[in-house]
Amino acid sequence: MRSVLRQFVLSRDAGSDPDEVLRLHGSAFAVSDGTRSITLRRLWLDTFDWRLYRSGLTLEQISSRGETHLLLTGRDGTVVAAEQVRRAGHDAAGGRVTWPARLDALPLGPLRDHLGPVVGVRALLPVARAVSTVHDRRVLNSDEKTIAKLTVDSMSVTYPAAGDVAPRLTVTALRGYQTQALRMIDLLAAAPGVADGGSQSALEAALAAAGRRPGDYSSKINVRLAPRMPAAVAMAAVLTALFDTLETNVNGTVRDWDTEFLHDLRIAVRRTRSALKLAGDVLPGDLADRFAAEFRWLGDLTTPTRDLDVYLLGYQGMADGLIAATADELEPFHEHLRRSRVSAQRALVRGLRSARFTRLASEWPEALAAAAASRARPTVARLAAARIARAHRRVIRDGSAISPASPPESLHDLRKRCKELRYLLEFFASLYDPAEHWQAVRELKALQDCLGEFQDTQVQREEIRAFAAQMMEERAAPAATLLAMGEIAAGLAARQRQARVEFAGRFRDFASRPSQNRIKALARAAA
Amino acid sequence: MKIFAMYNIKGGVGKTATAVNLGYLAARDGYRVLLWDLDPQAATSFLFRVRPRVKGGGKALIRGTRTIDDAIKATDFDQLDLLPADFTYRNLDLVLDAAKKPVRRLGSLLAPLSAEYDVIFLDCPPGISLLSESVLQAADTLLVPLIPTTLSVRTLDQLTEFVGDLDGSRPSILAFFSMIDRRKRLHREILEQLPAQRDDVASAAIPALSLIEQMSVERAPVTAFAPRSAAARRYEELWLEARKRSGLPPPPPEGTW
Repeated sequence: MRSVLRQFVLSRDAGSDPDEVLRLHGSAFAVSDGTRSITLRRLWLDTFDWRLYRSGLTLEQISSRGETHLLLTGRDGTVVAAEQVRRAGHDAAGGRVTWPARLDALPLGPLRDHLGPVVGVRALLPVARAVSTVHDRRVLNSDEKTIAKLTVDSMSVTYPAAGDVAPRLTVTALRGYQTQALRMIDLLAAAPGVADGGSQSALEAALAAAGRRPGDYSSKINVRLAPRMPAAVAMAAVLTALFDTLETNVNGTVRDWDTEFLHDLRIAVRRTRSALKLAGDVLPGDLADRFAAEFRWLGDLTTPTRDLDVYLLGYQGMADGLIAATADELEPFHEHLRRSRVSAQRALVRGLRSARFTRLASEWPEALAAAAASRARPTVARLAAARIARAHRRVIRDGSAISPASPPESLHDLRKRCKELRYLLEFFASLYDPAEHWQAVRELKALQDCLGEFQDTQVQREEIRAFAAQMMEERAAPAATLLAMGEIAAGLAARQRQARVEFAGRFRDFASRPSQNRIKALARAAA
Repeated sequence: MKIFAMYNIKGGVGKTATAVNLGYLAARDGYRVLLWDLDPQAATSFLFRVRPRVKGGGKALIRGTRTIDDAIKATDFDQLDLLPADFTYRNLDLVLDAAKKPVRRLGSLLAPLSAEYDVIFLDCPPGISLLSESVLQAADTLLVPLIPTTLSVRTLDQLTEFVGDLDGSRPSILAFFSMIDRRKRLHREILEQLPAQRDDVASAAIPALSLIEQMSVERAPVTAFAPRSAAARRYEELWLEARKRSGLPPPPPEGTW
């Protein structure tokens, strides 16, 4: 039972050898001879979008003397869960894990249970790698009783870039000896070459030495626009940020580490296409027209795999929800989805490695760089105000025309209008007061969720019919499977009907006077 | 959580040496262990270099004005903590007498520690007193060191009878021979006869060895400073037997919390 009291950073200058620093001359405390140092190979893992880091968790794989442990710790370094993945001489039950890995590659146990809700469907990827040489010392009081442990960690970072970290000294007090340990810490803090280490974790120190910082990826559009910026410059900045997100996700998509790389990539494509459509006219020349077709191609390329991912991710839920049929009867459908995804993924990878994509990836940023030099009017504030107002008017107009008798296509079209408004609000978010912006987006989001449910269930119903036809053709569909698939289609139909019932209320909220005023005020505010 | 009490009506029979060594071995096996030095002579506290002092004394602990948690000290060994002795423990009988349900008091003080510890060892002072009654009520197993003499065997009989007469929960008894001197004929005879007559006498036995006395110089369990010695091996055997008889589940495997 120990608690970390303080962390110090030891200077790497000559004369500040940790051993020297620890000799606390003139005090009642003595430092015992250290045990032999041990070398740890350390690998930190997180999802691509830093889900563990954002939740205050750190996952580390530590290898030493032929043994490998996975350790999940909280913000203050307390162990939340741990698992031995390799024992000296032989592999542990779960075998060795090769990273990147999805959660199901980890052995069942408390560690996996803790990670599940945070990591979700994302894979765990190496975020930093280092080698640590760790020395332990004990601090004794005048009774020669150990009161605290000193751990000096000298770490060399090898990934994401090579770098050295100044030796870090951690003081851990033994239970019941906190007061004495604090006195000793005061002496230590006054020693030359010893600086306060704050609360920086080993991972943060390793990343800093490699020139990175944790949490540096998010799929959100993170562009700071100034209201008086020329619109072309602002749009080029937004599109550049979107393309960065797109490109960052290509590797994970091609390697198929998890489904969210493709999802984020697709969203970046969709946002790009909307930006070109809704505000591409402010870009110089025929830039928007030239590239619109390319992004459309890219969007279409990614659709089959994503559609199958949606099915596969929701498969367990569908199987669990069967009432008349059994999960076993549905299994051939599962197999069909898996096989279809393999070939869809192959086609996707071919596309992302094609000359067409390579050309797009080199020409598009160049074109945007040229556009960023534009000084033409209007300002981005005026552009944002005009385009948001127009998109909002269209949503109100199209939504008001929908009655219970309207065909499904009218709701589908309204969904597209809503998406356009949403993307505009996101592109220009940095121009607005965050609280008002959040409120406006929140009301829109509620409407979008309802329309999304309506449309997605519609598409999935159509797809399940197509799957059934295909499986019949391939003679891969026993009657029981088709019946089970029919039950799923019926479930989708019920959900779609429910969404249609809810639509009127959601739209009424969105079209209410206060809600409309909020968006109008937002549009005016920037202008 | 299992509570073992080192107990004998007689003194100087090796209770402290047993508590210290079994405590160390249990911690080494991966159990989270607390050792409570209940003897005001404070030999266990001395062996672990912990000052025999509890703020507020025994009175504060028994009355609950200070939590046990505050008084616990880590030893130099991982997973082995100590609740030190205090000179005021000599008056624990009086304090207990003033408490409600005195014989249940120790048990109710220890119960909340079950989240933190797997095993508790109580190193008790000799004698039959209110404190010993409270210990007998709290413990799951009494570990009774016996010097192989006729009188010692008589005290074991007395103790067995006393435990049999207790109301409520009764601990199981595991006696074991301690401080054996094989040069003495009486020791050899009793050592052969008694285990055949009684099933509460362990087959493991601790000889009188100078290395065990050396503990007070080294100020550490012999199982820690001379783990391969004959003395350490005897304690290992005793711990194994005590663990099995008590039904203590295996410690959590390394690497799981």
